[in-house]
Amino acid sequence: MIESILATELLGLGPEIFGLFIVFGFMVGVFFGFFGMGGAFLVTPALLILGYPAPVAIGSSMTFVFGTAAIATMKHHDAGQVDYKLGALMFVGIIVGIELGSRLVFGLEVLGIANVVVGVAYVLLLAAIGVLFTRSALNTEDDDAGTDGNGNDGDGDDEVPAIARKIQSYEIPPMMTLADGSRASLWTISGVGGGVGLVSGFLGVGGGFVRMPAIYYVIGTSLAAAVGTSLFGGLMSGAIGAFTYGRAGVIDLGIVTALLVGSALGARIGSSATAYVDEDDVTIYFGLMLLVASVAVGIGELASWLSMPILDRLSFVLLVGSALFVCTVILYHGALAVRRTRGVPGSAGHGD
Amino acid sequence: MTGTELLAGASPSVQALAVIGIVLLEAIALYVGYGAIEEAVGSTVLDRLANRR
Repeated sequence: MIESILATELLGLGPEIFGLFIVFGFMVGVFFGFFGMGGAFLVTPALLILGYPAPVAIGSSMTFVFGTAAIATMKHHDAGQVDYKLGALMFVGIIVGIELGSRLVFGLEVLGIANVVVGVAYVLLLAAIGVLFTRSALNTEDDDAGTDGNGNDGDGDDEVPAIARKIQSYEIPPMMTLADGSRASLWTISGVGGGVGLVSGFLGVGGGFVRMPAIYYVIGTSLAAAVGTSLFGGLMSGAIGAFTYGRAGVIDLGIVTALLVGSALGARIGSSATAYVDEDDVTIYFGLMLLVASVAVGIGELASWLSMPILDRLSFVLLVGSALFVCTVILYHGALAVRRTRGVPGSAGHGD
Repeated sequence: MTGTELLAGASPSVQALAVIGIVLLEAIALYVGYGAIEEAVGSTVLDRLANRR
């Protein structure tokens, strides 16, 4: 009986590998639902290390990002956390940026330095965003400690970071009204879209780990709207990627389906957790995870330069291990928050 | 399985759109399916989680 199950193939995959992808997809889904990012930069390296050819790894990863972003967008849409107008305005810039980014790569390839430059840029960018998140989380903790008891400064509008409020104060027409009533210059929106697209096209990634912080820190929406709108952007970018690689016939539907089965559940839990978990409790871990990821990607680059497969495995363990750790932290804090808000009658937690 | 087997002979663009359509249908089915499960057992799970101290 068990032998016959193990011999069965699900969409071209054995049941063990299908199950492995479901578990991996669940983990990625929790990130997607909670932070609005974390798809391609985890899935693509994992598929590469599992031995899939690069076009299959990237094409399947982008198609998975499309599917999981569609699911997470539907969930955030139900909560009214997607700014479709902002997403559509950004998308124009994203398309132009992707084109410029890919041309830049081809130009560097002619010079023979594409791999080195792209690898180093990827490591630095992950590290920079990791530092940004970690510092932001540490500053929030300091602010909480400093204002405890009597702090009411900016209590009502602290959802939008100070740097974004500063950028919003420069009114360069045409100004666009966002879904939450705040205003942002079309130049800022197009610049963010173009910058995100440039990074996506240059690094060959979905760009969620840049898109969400850019919406939050530069355009200046609430964190929830930044997550929802970033997911909508991921849906559109993923559709383009899926179309491009689909035309080449390199998308593995078995991998995509297995990842989606897991991520659909994970994204549901992750986005539900945003209502219970104080983001400040988890953001620092996410920042640290990005820092570890930058180290992991750096080791991965070294592995290919030095032709040392052991470094590839180390890179994989660091990447998946740190992601698994942060996923567990989110679920743990979610469970604690549920106990706090629902366990004792009449108690009010910090969730909405 | 690449999904292109389902429309062998069609142009690459049509095949790519078919793959996107399949993935979108899967996504909607999973969203609706898990939504129904959440509706049915969600509050029970949360209550269990809250009381198990």
